[in-house]
Amino acid sequence: MSDLIGKVHAYGDDIDTDRIIPGKYTKTLDFSQLAAHVLEDLDPDFKTTVQAGDILAAGENFGCGSSREQAPVAIQAAGVSVVIARSFARIFYRNAINIGLPVVEAPTHTLQMGHQARVDLLGGVVENLTTGETYPATRMPDVMLDILKAGGLVAYLREKGDF
Amino acid sequence: MTIGQTVAEKIISAHAGRAVYAGEVAIVRVDGVMATDATAPLALKAFNEMGGVKPWDASRVSMILDHASPAPNERVGSLHKLIRDFAFEHSCHFYDVGAGICHQLMVENAHVKPGDLFLGADSHTPTYGALNALAMGVGSTDLAATLLTGKTWLKVPRTLKIILTGRLNPGVSAKDIILALCGLIGSDGARYMSVEFTGEAVKIMTLASRMVLANMVAEMGGKCASVDPDGLVLPYDWTPTTPDYDAEYARVVTFDCDSLTPMVAIPHAPDSVKPISDVAGIPVHQAFIGSCTNARLEDLHAAADVLRGRHIAAGVRLLIAPASNAVFKAALRDGTLETLTDAGAVFITSGCGPCVGTHLGVPGDGETVISSTNRNFRGRMGNPNALVYLSSPAVVAASAVMGVITDPLKVMA
Repeated sequence: MSDLIGKVHAYGDDIDTDRIIPGKYTKTLDFSQLAAHVLEDLDPDFKTTVQAGDILAAGENFGCGSSREQAPVAIQAAGVSVVIARSFARIFYRNAINIGLPVVEAPTHTLQMGHQARVDLLGGVVENLTTGETYPATRMPDVMLDILKAGGLVAYLREKGDF
Repeated sequence: MTIGQTVAEKIISAHAGRAVYAGEVAIVRVDGVMATDATAPLALKAFNEMGGVKPWDASRVSMILDHASPAPNERVGSLHKLIRDFAFEHSCHFYDVGAGICHQLMVENAHVKPGDLFLGADSHTPTYGALNALAMGVGSTDLAATLLTGKTWLKVPRTLKIILTGRLNPGVSAKDIILALCGLIGSDGARYMSVEFTGEAVKIMTLASRMVLANMVAEMGGKCASVDPDGLVLPYDWTPTTPDYDAEYARVVTFDCDSLTPMVAIPHAPDSVKPISDVAGIPVHQAFIGSCTNARLEDLHAAADVLRGRHIAAGVRLLIAPASNAVFKAALRDGTLETLTDAGAVFITSGCGPCVGTHLGVPGDGETVISSTNRNFRGRMGNPNALVYLSSPAVVAASAVMGVITDPLKVMA
């Protein structure tokens, strides 16, 4: 897996799934409809300013609340390459890996809006290209890394047939 | 040498086929799964993409139409049809429009039992910890993987133990305890953890009240819950799972129920919690009793006790969505329905609609809602410009009567 480099969109703590994608928009299998409303109650400009390959950064407990997988799907469909947070809510974290959206827990990161960052997923390091700082990432369980390497849980199970 | 285990470690060990402890990763056998109209469509899509042909064991699979039900538009109607067709084709347990809220139906119909390891594609799945089962919320693709294999992978959680001492005062309920605990522990204080509830206040609780405690573990970031089975009465034979005396806990919190007053979570977070005295007098426009947290018969009884012989204030609407059709019928038989409708309450279909903001009670701009539900994130009830306060059903009822947030004891005195 190659390094991911992109412009950072940074937000705070406890960004819940309703602010990632409101429940009223989740009842669809058309993912472009999810991208059209991503983060709209948090930052109405995000959905129009985000570019393919950009990086989403947040504080503690990102993705708390609902189990809706439409939350990471909306972020992925909007073109975000990786989400970096100081910590994640557990269902969001699993959902993201399962759909092949890279997520990195970097408890010490201080990324801000507009910074450039590089993420080395396998090496477990986040580099702030604007300030030169580096932040270590928490190692994910091997099974999660294998799922991410496969491109998500669908591809993983298509290949292996079982856990 | 053997080391003591928590309830989570015991139930996961039994399903992993080996003794496991917090921090280990295990592949486990799953006893049952459920998905709703909010999560099943994506799960079925992923299941098909995985090459799934039929569920590993349809008798262990439940599908429920509750999140936007009856369908508010053609898109949802078509998603309902997708789920209904799958459930019928494979003979899964299926609960159609109005049958009830998923978590209530799983417990009412014994699709989950003590000692089970259960996955639900809904974040309030920890509710079944009230039954001494270990139940976790997952997303759609995780659910699809279990539909295919009958298994999942998980990291054995550390456990937060909460000891509830003392007794509740009149007008105070399990909801007030769990709201107070959300404030104390915080929205991520139990992140990745199992939460065990024990203590004298738990042992005299009904199953419905135990479900309230376990349900809102989700609002502390918890992975699953386990309520002490001491005092739990179930209509079938079962064997309790209890922690070992020397089990290791990440944290132990003791909470005294004796001095607890009604609690209210203020906008826009379930862990922004105040005693009712701090928020009493705030005008409300909509009052809602519903959701997987507080819409069972004892909740309707608590509301009826406040509303009997009274009427809701002008300019306020009181909506009630019972937890299930069975709850609705029980309330019909015992006269609760008449008491509540005489007081001005309007009954809507059993389901999640208003709580999750899909339909049946979306508040207007600038309006304030007092609600017996579990989340008040901005936009949760469908309008980011509304203010949602969370409380017990008794507080919702008292606030509907007075038109302002009110302690039920002030109405009943």
